[in-house]
Amino acid sequence: MTLAGTARPRRGRSACVTDEVVMVYDRLRTEERMLLAAFAREGLPVRAEYAPDLTLDLSEDGPERAVVLGRCVSQTRGLALARVFEARGWVAVNRAAVIATCGDKLATSAALGAAGVPTPRTGVALTAEAALRLCERFGYPVVLKPLVGSWGRLVAKVENPSQAEALLEHKEVLGGPAHKVHYVQEYVEKPGRDIRAFVVGGEVVAAIYRSSRHWITNTARGGAASRCPLYDDLVETTLAAAAAVGGGVLAVDLVESERGLLVIEVNHTMEFRNSVDTTGVDIPGLVARHAAGQRELLA
Amino acid sequence: METIETEHGRVRLNPHDVMLGELFVTDEGVELEVVGLDPLRFEPAPQEEEDWGE
Repeated sequence: MTLAGTARPRRGRSACVTDEVVMVYDRLRTEERMLLAAFAREGLPVRAEYAPDLTLDLSEDGPERAVVLGRCVSQTRGLALARVFEARGWVAVNRAAVIATCGDKLATSAALGAAGVPTPRTGVALTAEAALRLCERFGYPVVLKPLVGSWGRLVAKVENPSQAEALLEHKEVLGGPAHKVHYVQEYVEKPGRDIRAFVVGGEVVAAIYRSSRHWITNTARGGAASRCPLYDDLVETTLAAAAAVGGGVLAVDLVESERGLLVIEVNHTMEFRNSVDTTGVDIPGLVARHAAGQRELLA
Repeated sequence: METIETEHGRVRLNPHDVMLGELFVTDEGVELEVVGLDPLRFEPAPQEEEDWGE
């Protein structure tokens, strides 16, 4: 009989450890194909699991433990699965805590701020009225962002109080509860480009410039990629940002400003299709080797 | 590679190397997602959702 409050053996320890890295995905895009090819090229065993088909019973351990490489495009799915796999004693290449932090811009900003990593001035307000006051304090233009999302989706550069008022009213009326947490950031003038730096484990392995005439420079929005050298300040700031969110396989986005490099965001399910040829770095191969190397943590 | 006729248009793929969730674009530019392997089934790929991202 197990008494309430009595410690029980740690979960998952009876399950056998498998050699395979389990790549969990919900859309098989170019990146996931590149990763599978990299595992094959490196001779590293991998198994792809389609996340929408999974059923995971939390009351049992399952027959195996493995390293799981999360590649869900849905951040909600990715976080849910990482939590369940970790509870079963698996090793997630990006831990659930890292996903939770990177998947929420406010959590990311809080982690970066707590670690002293330079970022644009950022604030949060819980009502439209308070958000307007925050915008005034920062000075226009400002940038309003949703807490969750990527690829520049719903990110708005707001030039004046009228625009801010209209946008905030829309968010208040049309958005769900998360849209009523208003994330406000200073607008940083950048030289027509930003920088994406790729981190695998504790190393910055490559970086690209993303150039665009538009102030949003994501390659998903048409920004052009070119190779960025790994200079000391970039490496140092990138590693500090990666460490602040918990480390792993990450893409850190930075802008060059008058105050030096500022970290905009950290991505935990990074896209790299435009960066391998551009940098000459086998990013999927490095990710595959890193994931396979995590197996020692299962012991 | 083979050309497969689907109810949403024609796609070119290797039927022996298709995976669930894989994306293909028809010759008319419609993005399809593989939702079944045996038999091979496609649905129009879902539009970007709020929590999608990197």
